[in-house]
Amino acid sequence: MGTIWVYAEASGGQVASISLELLTRARELADTVEAVVGGEGEPVAAELGAHGATTVHATGDLGDGLTGPAVASAIAAAIEGGAAPDAVLFGTTYDGRDVAGRLSVKLGVPVITNIVELDQADGSLVGTEPVFGGTVNVSTRFSGSGVGLFLVRPKSFAAEESGGGPAAVSALPVPDLGATGAARVVDRFAEESTGPKLDEAGVVVSGGRGLGEAEKYSMIEDLAKLLGGAAGASRAIVDAGWVPYSHQVGQTGKVVKPDVYVACGISGATQHMVGMKGSKNIIAINKDAEAPIFGIADLGVVGDVHKVIPKLIEALQARG
Amino acid sequence: MNPLCLVLHRWGRVGDLHAMDIVVCVKQIPDPADPGELDSETNTLKRDMKLIMDESDSYGVEMALQLRDAAGEGEVTLVSMAPHEEVNGLRSALAMGADKAILVSDEALAGTDALGTARVLAAAIGRTQADLILAATESSDGYTGTVPEQVAELLGLPSVTFAKEIQADGGEVLVKRQTEAGYDEVRCPLPAVVSVTAGVVEPRYPSFKGIMAAKSKPMDQVGIADLDVSLEQVGWAGGGQEITDVSPAPEREAGEIITDEGDAHERIIALLEELRIV
Repeated sequence: MGTIWVYAEASGGQVASISLELLTRARELADTVEAVVGGEGEPVAAELGAHGATTVHATGDLGDGLTGPAVASAIAAAIEGGAAPDAVLFGTTYDGRDVAGRLSVKLGVPVITNIVELDQADGSLVGTEPVFGGTVNVSTRFSGSGVGLFLVRPKSFAAEESGGGPAAVSALPVPDLGATGAARVVDRFAEESTGPKLDEAGVVVSGGRGLGEAEKYSMIEDLAKLLGGAAGASRAIVDAGWVPYSHQVGQTGKVVKPDVYVACGISGATQHMVGMKGSKNIIAINKDAEAPIFGIADLGVVGDVHKVIPKLIEALQARG
Repeated sequence: MNPLCLVLHRWGRVGDLHAMDIVVCVKQIPDPADPGELDSETNTLKRDMKLIMDESDSYGVEMALQLRDAAGEGEVTLVSMAPHEEVNGLRSALAMGADKAILVSDEALAGTDALGTARVLAAAIGRTQADLILAATESSDGYTGTVPEQVAELLGLPSVTFAKEIQADGGEVLVKRQTEAGYDEVRCPLPAVVSVTAGVVEPRYPSFKGIMAAKSKPMDQVGIADLDVSLEQVGWAGGGQEITDVSPAPEREAGEIITDEGDAHERIIALLEELRIV
């Protein structure tokens, strides 16, 4: 395959791991890999280059505008102006989905979504998507003419450096957006977080409805901290307002693949399992012996989380 | 200026007293507790069973009702698409308090992908005079998560995705948008498309009165021919994508299951030691 573009996201000068994962896979599939950035190119050119991008097409500072319409319009204009990537890859992230959706309309091509594997067959890209809670894999080929758009789930590939030098920065002008660019960011808030990020932690301890009440979630946080990990949650308790959405593990939340995943009081709805079944080791504690989570657990404990977890915390604290 | 004009003029400036006409995109899906199977001929989800309202859409419906009621005036219109004339899920949303529904139903729509769906929804929304178009961030069956942005682009509107809070403020909305780091506060002029996360509001349960009232609320059923959408852009042919393989995923084996006799934590610690976590 000739050229693949990767939509790369960054904050504070650091490229998101999903973007590095995409670059790594893209350079195995294409002769030329280039990055597209909604923002300044210089601060990220070295890291993008080190992961295989030869060029970074950068819009420059987007100010208080939203990324989606600006980057989509800029990419569409570049393609109209003669740029000819065979495919553009996006991470399944807040901004990735915005850009891909808008671009799809501008180019009149579909977005192939929820991809966890990406391969080449007969000169076109084939993406594989898990359905029915990950029990069935569906592979889809982009069969239209023009540019193939793929939204890829985080953690589908491992990020590796290629040893390349800094990417050349090229200007990617944003055309006049008209009404589509009318939304303005008036303030940005960062939620305080301590310890490793949920989708990068080696250990994830998650709580579900079986905790019984919101106050008991502190057990999950305590256990996660003792194990040097991050605290996650099922959709049920996020919807119930016990913990913020940023803790949600599952199809509509974060996909995690830690060395150890500890599911506490989580029955194992399909929604949840999709987000954690790639974990290397799974420990489940649930009082219902019939809970589906036990079907994928390496160690399943049929028991009361309110008895098992406090003892576990106590024993870990005693070890110091 | 006559006195009536003066009154209208002044009211028009008071944010909360703007009438608010809201469209909510609603998807009717198979019951997730019984998700069915893939059609072996077409490799798409079988949807010939009774469909229900996607639970993810109940948040948008509730948000719309609250914004309409805060405005004191306006209508909540549901817009949905289905290959056959399913209205069960729409009745649920009408029972919650939505005012009316537009269902685009046509056999030609079977197999339509996300972009085709967005084209149909956008064309149907174009028949209304909506100030605000709400949708879930993604459906619970296909979960492509691209339709709200595609609808916005097709309508030439601004959009804010992943809203965890929405406030109407005159001719604008103030939205808290979920981000990787936390959230952004975004100000967006209307008309606009906003996609909402679960948790933006707590959806109400339909009352008995609501369920009864829903049966007589307007349900406008239209076909593809009634909309400005080409048949080439929907259905199986409209996709520009081709399913090449469907195969079972490698299954994870269940491991050891123990029953807690008061010492299960020791077994957990032994495993964590083995894995060198502690």
